[in-house]
Amino acid sequence: MNHEQIHEEELVCSGHYACQGCGGVIAMRHALRALGPNTIVVIPACCWSVIAGPFPYSALKVPVFHAAFETGGATASGVRAGLDMQGKTEVNVLAWAGDGGTFDIGLQSLSGAVERNENIIYACYDNEAYMNTGIQRSSATPLRAWTTTTPELFSKETPKKDIVQILVGHKIPYVATASIGFPDDLQAKFRKAKTIEGTKFIHILAPCPPGWKYSSELTIRVARLAAHCKVFPIYEVFDGEHYVINLEPEGKPVAEYLAMQGRFSHLTERQIQEIQARVDYDWEHLLHKAMLEKFEFRGA
Amino acid sequence: MKKVIMGNHAVSHAVRLARTQVVAAYPITPQTQIVEELSNMCAEGKLRAKFIKVESEHSAMACCIGAAAAGSRAFTATSSQGLALMHELLHWAAGARLPVVLAEVNRALAPGWNIWTEQTDSLAQRDTGWLQFYCTSNQEILDSILIAFRVAEEVSLPAMVVYDAFYLSHTYEAVDIPEQEPVDAFLPPYEPSVKLDVDNPMAFGSLTTPEYYMEMRHKIEEATERVHEVLPTTYEEFGRIFGREYKAVEPYRCDGADLILATSGTVSSTAQLVIETLRERGMRVGGLNIRMFRPFPARAVREALGRCKKVAVLDRNISFGQGGIFAQELKSALCNEPHRPQVFGFIAGLGGRDITPASIEEVILTADKLDAPEREIEWIGLKT
Repeated sequence: MNHEQIHEEELVCSGHYACQGCGGVIAMRHALRALGPNTIVVIPACCWSVIAGPFPYSALKVPVFHAAFETGGATASGVRAGLDMQGKTEVNVLAWAGDGGTFDIGLQSLSGAVERNENIIYACYDNEAYMNTGIQRSSATPLRAWTTTTPELFSKETPKKDIVQILVGHKIPYVATASIGFPDDLQAKFRKAKTIEGTKFIHILAPCPPGWKYSSELTIRVARLAAHCKVFPIYEVFDGEHYVINLEPEGKPVAEYLAMQGRFSHLTERQIQEIQARVDYDWEHLLHKAMLEKFEFRGA
Repeated sequence: MKKVIMGNHAVSHAVRLARTQVVAAYPITPQTQIVEELSNMCAEGKLRAKFIKVESEHSAMACCIGAAAAGSRAFTATSSQGLALMHELLHWAAGARLPVVLAEVNRALAPGWNIWTEQTDSLAQRDTGWLQFYCTSNQEILDSILIAFRVAEEVSLPAMVVYDAFYLSHTYEAVDIPEQEPVDAFLPPYEPSVKLDVDNPMAFGSLTTPEYYMEMRHKIEEATERVHEVLPTTYEEFGRIFGREYKAVEPYRCDGADLILATSGTVSSTAQLVIETLRERGMRVGGLNIRMFRPFPARAVREALGRCKKVAVLDRNISFGQGGIFAQELKSALCNEPHRPQVFGFIAGLGGRDITPASIEEVILTADKLDAPEREIEWIGLKT
């Protein structure tokens, strides 16, 4: 990493309430380093509702508004409008939601905000289940993963919802995936988001030691492996059509990624092969999209 | 300037005059014309506000919450299902002490689908921490929006201005639309003591343990009670500037009355006609229009009703298993009085059925002939 690019000021304080090895905290730390102190954070219900600390304390050195679970997109839109009416157009408004608040209960208000092309940054730190309530499946939970509501004998039967495609379908200026395993890339994306007018959506993979069942010192390794196994490709989509892949995966077998996590320990060989086949297919699909020409209207 | 306008447009003019900075709304009959007109006003530059065309009422309230938290004056309007959908965030706005103002056009709840007037939608929100004002005319709607902003911002609580579907929302009446200057004098810009500010970063709505939560609720109660002091002086100032007088509770010919009919909304004006007729016939009857529902003006109600023998309450709403909601509130205000009147609860006009002078007379005569209520709820005009 190029350390010169990192904002000197740390805006996430120690003493926060996160679990050891929490990917969500690392994600916020990098995001705020990139955005700087001229930022207001809207946090709908998620792990960060707790991590930020109880009244009268705050683990963040920027203003925080805790919002209702399903209102990340809408509350951030309101904050944006309220600031703009006071001429504070240069303040970044960051909606910071988990996968439940983004993929499930908050999808409607997110879609509304995004369709209006609100000038906000919406970041989803995705730990692939309802971790704050104790590991229940969300629509971000991957195929065959264990959670407390998808027990081993009845593990998740449907694949992870493709949230990026849903956002891309709204034709917003900027959609990106990022990972705490690649902080320079993650920070660059937030810095870029700051300069783009309209809605910016950044989907961050944020591994969770207690939920994914791995030892807390492995968080970064798990995150990096997700990208290198093509489970979580790192890419950007501009204006809903122009794809740029930011990381060439090493192409490691998915089995290596799955084996690190207790939530997949029940998988049979055949199930692992099925997951590998889906990952390969999705990667090919992404490559095709990245090779497409940018849309250009040519009159007769 | 006097103009003949519908109740809904009276709201739009008030929101414009209040220099509202953020409007977020979703269409629903019979509210829609409020925000259509606001849209026009924004487009024509008559109102310099950001209008967020949201995808639901839930998001409308979330936007207002965000905007008010950022320090801007925020408004929305809704009815019935829309208000029910907002319920969670009504609690949020009050808990976050944000003076959002909402115009609520009373409409019956489904099923079956019904777009006509009934108060159950707004009264069902009574425990959300919102101030509630009920209107009897289009002029009162316009004035109440301005007063609602002023009071809400003074006590840091959200306020709802409530009025009947169609009887006011779509009915044209002459309304005195004030000039901007006196409105600016009455309603200064919104300047909250704390807000989302990068130069003074604070966390709002953080995890609150039992050690602190109860005191925060106590403060909300204190602020709500403070409305009893703030509202009369605000009404007085409003009267001085605009020449129109209001009270939280309005007695009508209550002097020496044995029986008083308590009503709210447009029924109150119909009731005054009936009371006038019955007085001419020699009956000692009076009326009480309840304008403010939250906080409930218990003291004023006791003062108005303390000396009469009977109170008839006409409710265009119902709390199943208990009866009319205004009747409950009146009973609760009176229950510790040493000399309390008999309270007769009547339900009428649900789902927009007309409440005619004849049905109001039936209410008064029924209460008059009985010594005490025979049942908790008397239904008026019920088909058998």
